[in-house]
Amino acid sequence: MNSHSKTRITAVIGAAAIVAASLAACSAGGGGDAKVTISYLTGTDVTNATMAHDLIAAFEKQNPNITVKLDAAAAGGSADNDVKTKLSTGTMSDVFFYNSGSLFQALNADTKLVDLSDQPWAKSLTSDFKKTVSTKKGLYGGPLGASLGGGVLYNYGVYKKLGLSVPKDWKEFISNSEAIKAAGITPIEATYGDTWTSQIIILADYANIEAQQPNWAADYTANKAKYSDQPALTSFQHLSEIHEKGLLNADFASATNAQGLKAVAEGTAGQYPMLSALISTIQQNSPDHVNDVGFFPLPADKASDTQLTVWQPSALYIPRTTTGAKLDAAKKFIAFALSKKGCELQGKDLPPSGPFVTSLCALPSNVPALLKDMTPYFASKKTAPALEFLSPVKGPNLEAICVQVGEGITSPKDGAALYDEDVKKQAQQLGLKGW
Amino acid sequence: MTTIIAVPKAPSKRRLGPDLNRLRFHYPQWFFIPAMVLFVVFFAVPTFASLYFSLTRWTLFDAQFIGIDNFVNFFKDPQLSQGFVHTFIYGVVTSLAKVVLGFFIAVFLTSPVLGRGYLRAVVFFPVLVSTVGIGLTFKSLLDPFHGIVNGALSAFGIQGPGWLTDPNGALLTVAAVDIWKGLGVAVLIFIAGIVAIPQEYFEAARVDGANTWMILRRITIPLSYPAITTVVILSLIGGLRSFDLIWTMTSGGPGFTSDVIGSVIYKMYQAGFYGLSTAGNVILIVVVAAILVPLSRFLTRREVDL
Amino acid sequence: MVAGTVAIGVSVVVFLVPFAFILWQALKNKSDSAELNFAWPSQFVGWQNLVEVLTYNDNMILRAFVNSLVLTVLSVSIMVVLAAMTGYVLQRRRGRWNPVMNFFVLAGLIVPPAVVPTIWLLQGLGLFKTLPGLVLIEATYGLAFCVLLFRAFVAAIPRELDEAAVIDGAGPLRLFFSVIFPLLRPVIITVVVVQSVAVFNDFANPLYFTPGLDNATVQLTLFNFQTQTLSQYNLLFMDILLITIPPLVMYIFFNRQIVAGVTSGAVKG
Repeated sequence: MNSHSKTRITAVIGAAAIVAASLAACSAGGGGDAKVTISYLTGTDVTNATMAHDLIAAFEKQNPNITVKLDAAAAGGSADNDVKTKLSTGTMSDVFFYNSGSLFQALNADTKLVDLSDQPWAKSLTSDFKKTVSTKKGLYGGPLGASLGGGVLYNYGVYKKLGLSVPKDWKEFISNSEAIKAAGITPIEATYGDTWTSQIIILADYANIEAQQPNWAADYTANKAKYSDQPALTSFQHLSEIHEKGLLNADFASATNAQGLKAVAEGTAGQYPMLSALISTIQQNSPDHVNDVGFFPLPADKASDTQLTVWQPSALYIPRTTTGAKLDAAKKFIAFALSKKGCELQGKDLPPSGPFVTSLCALPSNVPALLKDMTPYFASKKTAPALEFLSPVKGPNLEAICVQVGEGITSPKDGAALYDEDVKKQAQQLGLKGW
Repeated sequence: MTTIIAVPKAPSKRRLGPDLNRLRFHYPQWFFIPAMVLFVVFFAVPTFASLYFSLTRWTLFDAQFIGIDNFVNFFKDPQLSQGFVHTFIYGVVTSLAKVVLGFFIAVFLTSPVLGRGYLRAVVFFPVLVSTVGIGLTFKSLLDPFHGIVNGALSAFGIQGPGWLTDPNGALLTVAAVDIWKGLGVAVLIFIAGIVAIPQEYFEAARVDGANTWMILRRITIPLSYPAITTVVILSLIGGLRSFDLIWTMTSGGPGFTSDVIGSVIYKMYQAGFYGLSTAGNVILIVVVAAILVPLSRFLTRREVDL
Repeated sequence: MVAGTVAIGVSVVVFLVPFAFILWQALKNKSDSAELNFAWPSQFVGWQNLVEVLTYNDNMILRAFVNSLVLTVLSVSIMVVLAAMTGYVLQRRRGRWNPVMNFFVLAGLIVPPAVVPTIWLLQGLGLFKTLPGLVLIEATYGLAFCVLLFRAFVAAIPRELDEAAVIDGAGPLRLFFSVIFPLLRPVIITVVVVQSVAVFNDFANPLYFTPGLDNATVQLTLFNFQTQTLSQYNLLFMDILLITIPPLVMYIFFNRQIVAGVTSGAVKG
């Protein structure tokens, strides 16, 4: 009884919607000299808005007969649904900015997006990134922004003062933390007031899991590997351990991400597990301390397994509803973002905390200090993409479960089991085999 | 001497007898038509369409019919029974507080008291601010280490608890903020109701020597019945369905300890389980209706016609 | 009076302190506001914040204000008239259609709107992404609450008045609009105030049904200052302050009307 049939209602209304939308999006005449207006959807928050404005201004200067209108995307949790709703009802802007990886996989790209594998910049992409914006049938996204890493931000000053060196394995990490505690400084900052930060240890640990079991992601997708078994269970155990050993700040349950970043930047906390991209917040709020912050990957139990978990940047996509002259303009827009001028703007407005994923863009000269800490791992290829780029399986309640484990309300084994149960829904929603 | 309050006995609900048939003409049912058109077109049609999707695995791009699997899975959710318990607690607590507190504040504000105009304005202020603003504000005020609530308490030597971070207290703390925000509407409705009571009743009672408590019990409360009914129904529905304040302040946390059905459903929706969350909505609707329909009938039956 | 002074005191602590908090954060600069406390700011940048919020994104907030205002006035007007008519007949008459309307009212309160099918519907009617479409949507969603209130308060108007007017030769429309409607003033004001605030503060519906910056309503502007990686709390709170002002002004204005309702009495003998 598993006939994968489109319901007639959906098909009819969907078709009508697409027709209506394309009529509404009717472009002005045929020739390349005619004036074209395209719409660009991205978040209205400061970072995205600044990037968008600069990009649009420079692009319009180079292409005087194209105008780009900015559309506002929803923020936070409703962003995903907003994008999916727009795509499914045929009301998406002419070009839009969205995540890569498993979120991209949920967009039904083969039927909804324009294949961009013939674009000039397509060959310049790293193979890791290509995987995150492609399906078997095509390549759909052009990157905007650089990659970033997940691991531990640490304060150079604190480490220097206590004569500590970057930990290569978990035991060293704990002993470093205890030394910091003995000196009266918060060893590890936790900011469960912003629940999304609770997942960092679990997510940033992934590269270490892959070092131990290179096929783990594929097994996970096929329901053969679970978080309640080793090697993955270690992630949950580590999360619980730092709380059990009393290595957290006193206000771990209510502190916010901004407060945590300030603490590690100013040295009131020694270490803070976090994504490297958050250096941009430090740049905004504590600009004098930007270069006081370093970075190391989350250590595994064995030093040889320690690798850096990398997040791929988000990308620009074009929905199939964009056609004719607008389609050409949209393609030009993406190509511009990946041109020399576009790359410069990216470097300025989206401060990189990892390498670019295209050979067309080079890192600007004034990058934050922590980037230097990350480069050796990229150079020696001791990296792995985060799980969300290798497997579409992710449960909606990971944050809440991590908070429960991280605050000691639930044991790591129970937490892992809860999460395994949680992802079942996602796997079934995606129609994966074996669940 | 015993005081007898000459309050006219509240007449029972009048039935439209044959002699009032001519009045029927003056209450034409076509008055319903504009509202009915809006309801049917913009509410009923989309809702029925979505009902269909609760029986499918829906990705917004295509829908695969799976019968009642969504409903089964919804009930198997490990957070569900906790969610139901939290929902009921939240709904009952907020509703009760809004009705009782709201009523007495309204009585207070319809009596000649100093600064009445200012007080009425101030009570309603919280309603004006968006939920996001209130959620963020109180999250900061109630911060266990930096918030001023605990700061003020410590000035009295009391160690304030982790209002939103204590797994046991988070739900009730959000409920308190909800009450803070919702009181204004309840008070407003109650004031409108009390104001609608003709002054003659109060004057007659005072002439007969009734004291404040008696007036309250025999006149104000019975004759504000429509207002009381309205507030009970509105606040209970709102409380049972509520989630956006909870979401802004705790996201159902810490962990799952302040999860209500509304936030469980929203998490499913956020994760893209559209069919499942629609099924959850259907269940929520059924549960709320199962409570509200009998309650509503019970309350309106006792309404008093002047 | 003692009770009054105590009440005023309590009200300041309970109701005004949170507002003081919002105002305070709106005056701070970026890094101070990230602390979210009552500490004295390192610099007072209230004016700069105001200007920044107002000019953000090509004066988005000004356009949003106009949109929100038009939306609110239109949808609330529709809601009030239609709901008064409906609640009135529901209460006065035991008609065949009463159960249907009562069901709609309860359903309207309990059932959350279905977003995607509504989008399809609006597209089919050619109303998607238009302000008239959004006005009709808001009016529909607000109807249930209004009917509930009107139905309850029509009960407070004695039927003798109806009979008197009928004897005087009034037809149904005149009976309703000249006699009943004016007597519903306290309720009408209550409904207008509450629903105006609700529509003005609504952000989910405009987000779905009139997407696009041109049609932005004021609530959408709150997204401007919040993201996972960068929070500009000072601007966010300044924005909250700004978008709270119109409802506040409206309420203060209407508050006098309600007071006037009290002193004039509901029913004249």
